[in-house]
Amino acid sequence: MNPEKVLFGFFIVLALTLNFGFFVGELDNPDHHHVYELFAVIVVNLIATVLKFGDRTQMGAVLLATSLVAMLQLFAAALVWTMAEHVTGSGMTPTATASVVSLSGGAMLANVISVVLLIIETVMLRR
Amino acid sequence: MDNIVFLIFRRMRAPLLALIVVYSVAMLGMVLIPGQDADGNVWHMDFFHAFYFVSFMASTIGFGEIPHAFNAAQRLWVSFSIFFTVVVWLYSIGTVLALLKDETFQRALAERRFARKIKHLGDPFYLVCGYGQTGEALVRSLTERNQHAVVVDILEDRVSLLQIENLREYVPGFCGDARLPAHLLEAGLNHPLCEGVVALTNSNEANLQIAITAKLLHPEIEVICRADSHDIEANMASFGTDHIIDPFDTFALHLATAIQAPCLSLLQDWLSLGHGNLLQEPVYPPSKGLWVVCGYGRFGKAIYDKLIREGFEVVVVEASPDATGIPATAFVMGRGTEAETLSQANIERAVGLVAGTDNDANNLSIIMTARGLNRDLFVILRQNRKENDPVIEAVGADMVMLPSQIIANQIRVLLGAPLQHQFVKLVLHQEDEWACELISRISALVNHHAPEVWEVAFTEEDSHAVCAHVRRGSKLTLADLMRDPRDRERKLPCIPLMLLRHNERTLLPDPGISVQKDDHLLFCGSYTGRDRMEWTLQNENALSYILTGEARPEGWVWRHLSKRGAR
Repeated sequence: MNPEKVLFGFFIVLALTLNFGFFVGELDNPDHHHVYELFAVIVVNLIATVLKFGDRTQMGAVLLATSLVAMLQLFAAALVWTMAEHVTGSGMTPTATASVVSLSGGAMLANVISVVLLIIETVMLRR
Repeated sequence: MDNIVFLIFRRMRAPLLALIVVYSVAMLGMVLIPGQDADGNVWHMDFFHAFYFVSFMASTIGFGEIPHAFNAAQRLWVSFSIFFTVVVWLYSIGTVLALLKDETFQRALAERRFARKIKHLGDPFYLVCGYGQTGEALVRSLTERNQHAVVVDILEDRVSLLQIENLREYVPGFCGDARLPAHLLEAGLNHPLCEGVVALTNSNEANLQIAITAKLLHPEIEVICRADSHDIEANMASFGTDHIIDPFDTFALHLATAIQAPCLSLLQDWLSLGHGNLLQEPVYPPSKGLWVVCGYGRFGKAIYDKLIREGFEVVVVEASPDATGIPATAFVMGRGTEAETLSQANIERAVGLVAGTDNDANNLSIIMTARGLNRDLFVILRQNRKENDPVIEAVGADMVMLPSQIIANQIRVLLGAPLQHQFVKLVLHQEDEWACELISRISALVNHHAPEVWEVAFTEEDSHAVCAHVRRGSKLTLADLMRDPRDRERKLPCIPLMLLRHNERTLLPDPGISVQKDDHLLFCGSYTGRDRMEWTLQNENALSYILTGEARPEGWVWRHLSKRGAR
């Protein structure tokens, strides 16, 4: 067992599960989507991205790409949240909540691809 | 490119992870700990402000406690996290700085820069492997003729010498082992503009390796090798190395030529001197008598063979005959630096002395001792190190053999003036009187300085005016070309040495013959002669003046007017 692989798999899967946890619930209901969860998703995704740095294989490159997509989506979600809460002063209206959650949904799709790729790689390794 | 990004990513992984973890922990703490605003109401910091606060705290900027003044619990948390975040920042920056100074990283950067330079080379170039004395002399003379070179050497110091050397052309240098094909490829072996590879390292095996790599990977290019063992030379020749240069054999041949035909060897010397050098006095080695050869190494053997073939009596002095072998004729054991050994070798009645060991101090000592015993010796000195120039000059030997100079000179002529190389080879078959006459003709053209030697190719590119003239079916003789374009009654100070037409070479062509397209001519003469001839070759007006004696009207209007006037 390679501890590096364990850590790698752990963060990739955790990124997906946390993302899913934030995403489930009514799309435009702010009570169903907690800000702490979004924070955890962003932190874990960041860690997963950095862990993918420096892998020269084709698989590594695609994994890094999916992570970068997820990060882009999540940063956009955080930015929308901050704008709604602090800049416009309107608070989390259903519209703002919906766009934050749908953005995180996109990130989740990228995370799903990451996990699928991880599984494919594991299956191909056959060891 | 890939290498560098990959390296940065790999190294930055740990510091980035540490940054992310420490930031998120500090932010989470700020969000979780309840604070109080000015009115005493409980408030929780939100993530946005937590991120803002941690960002300026970690970078030690510190804008203060916002949006409200902190309470004791918050301050406690901040005083913990400030140390962690600052330490992690220092760690990350330290890693980046260490990476920038890292040797692997620097090397990756240098290689990338070099590869880019090679890719953008726009002129034909020669790949010179080995930047020792020979390589230095060769690169200098190549660049002085506006030819380009790329240098590969295994030692970093020698490559960095390139940067301080004041060369006329830019010469990219690469530090690497030329024996490895990958390094040769990186240095531009496969580049379409690579004209040839010159292997000048001090190891025969390395030169052999370079030659075979070049011949296999880029068969069309010229490969020139230095070698000083006949074994290796035969090996190199077997797979088609274009030119193999053995400094010892070259010098021995030169000596033999000087003994048999002093004018011929002087002619060769003069033509290969290069621009701006002073002319040398001719040397006249004794043509019969006893020679003493000190040192029976590669050089000693080459000289010995030539002297024996010329019918001289030769005594060899050698300190370690076990390593070098013993010649068939007279032999004295010793270094030759002592009067006793030299006396045993009959130095008193000798006419010539060869100080040919591989140690400059010993060679000088041999000469000084021998001169004490016999003042009238003709002395040949083998110089091993270029740095010893001042002492070598002071001892005043009749002939000095410096291998690096010999090789560099020969390759320079080979690469820079192939026609001159053919000429020198052809001349060897001529009588000495022929050479003496040519020498006196040349010395009438130039004073004290070496004659300029140049090639003229009658192609569209090199001599546009002449080609246009010949295309119109008009005749143009060599004598016409040698007129001064400023005053056609005067002759340019130059001599046509050789004409190459359809692979046929004519020595000293007759001035009356008319030139054809694709002829190649070799001229020698003064610098002004070369300069003015260039004018005739390219400028139609200058050419027409030379042929007719009239200055042709140049512009369209004047041409038109002169036509009307003629009608």
